[in-house]
Amino acid sequence: MTLQDAMQDAMQAGTVRITGAGGDEIEAYLAQPLDAAPRGGVVVIHHMPGYDEATKEITRRLASYGFAAICPNLYSREAPGASPDDAAATARAAGGVPDDRLVGDVGGAADHLRGLPNSNGKVGVIGYCSGGRQAFLVACRLPLDAAVDCYGAFVVGNPPESFPLAVTPLLDQAGTLSCPLLGMFGAEDQYPSPAQVEELAGELTRLGKPHEFHTYPDAGHGFFAVDRPSYRPLAATEGWQRVREFFDRQLGA
Amino acid sequence: MCTYVTVKREVEGSGKGAGGWFPVSQTTVYVDHPTHAPYAHTLNIDFLNPAAGPAARVAVELTEESALALIEAIQGALAAAPAGMASRDQKV
Repeated sequence: MTLQDAMQDAMQAGTVRITGAGGDEIEAYLAQPLDAAPRGGVVVIHHMPGYDEATKEITRRLASYGFAAICPNLYSREAPGASPDDAAATARAAGGVPDDRLVGDVGGAADHLRGLPNSNGKVGVIGYCSGGRQAFLVACRLPLDAAVDCYGAFVVGNPPESFPLAVTPLLDQAGTLSCPLLGMFGAEDQYPSPAQVEELAGELTRLGKPHEFHTYPDAGHGFFAVDRPSYRPLAATEGWQRVREFFDRQLGA
Repeated sequence: MCTYVTVKREVEGSGKGAGGWFPVSQTTVYVDHPTHAPYAHTLNIDFLNPAAGPAARVAVELTEESALALIEAIQGALAAAPAGMASRDQKV
């Protein structure tokens, strides 16, 4: 490896403080390449189990693709400094993350990326599981350049009546989707089901909203999660290629 | 999926967590992805003391069969003891 190669793939990653919803200071994990080329940014929305090692690895992976990537800790307020699993349990017991607060925290993370010295001004978002729904939500509420929804439930379809959390379907907000949407789904998933994915695609087509959906056979919910039995290497490997191409296209200089 | 469904109960008793024993004041019960158990979904129970912070937590992740067996075991153990023996109003 030459010195120039080493310079090009070196990255820096670590915890930063950013301004989230309501002006609150929250914790976030920022990973970015060290070279000074202009670059786009990606906000990573963690799954319900929290701001964990696997999500930080996803954040570093996006930096290795050449983006500045940041993952806000959505449980910063309920459980500052707690281990990710304890923080997720605390947030769950408190009723989960309200949608408006989520939008404010992701907006703060996007602003942080746009303020980095070599930002090209473009910011995308990617979310997994509950974060997939939240990625769609923020893309409907905030001006963004790209959004990736990885198997987010309840974008389409009502949650069961017993749901104590205010999780509402988002299809009626699709008209304000501000950017192209990449959707990654498993054919064996029921939340969202293939029929719900089809319904979302139909509505986006009707509204003239650019979108690209991929549904992988032999994969269910959580097929990107390398630390869980739902991991499907073939779907995840191909899925990451689609994600990388999409962000290259939408967030390139 | 992330079911989000969480059944909460106020409880009285104690639990032993990473930092030692603490008073338990609340349990949350839910079916969702486990953190550690090698399954896609499990029945999860958190024994918590919200006032003592997020680390005051005893967590278990059980298969459906195990959770049902545990219910039976709890009922069996309580039935084998005189009524009220473990009640909050017991005489000590």
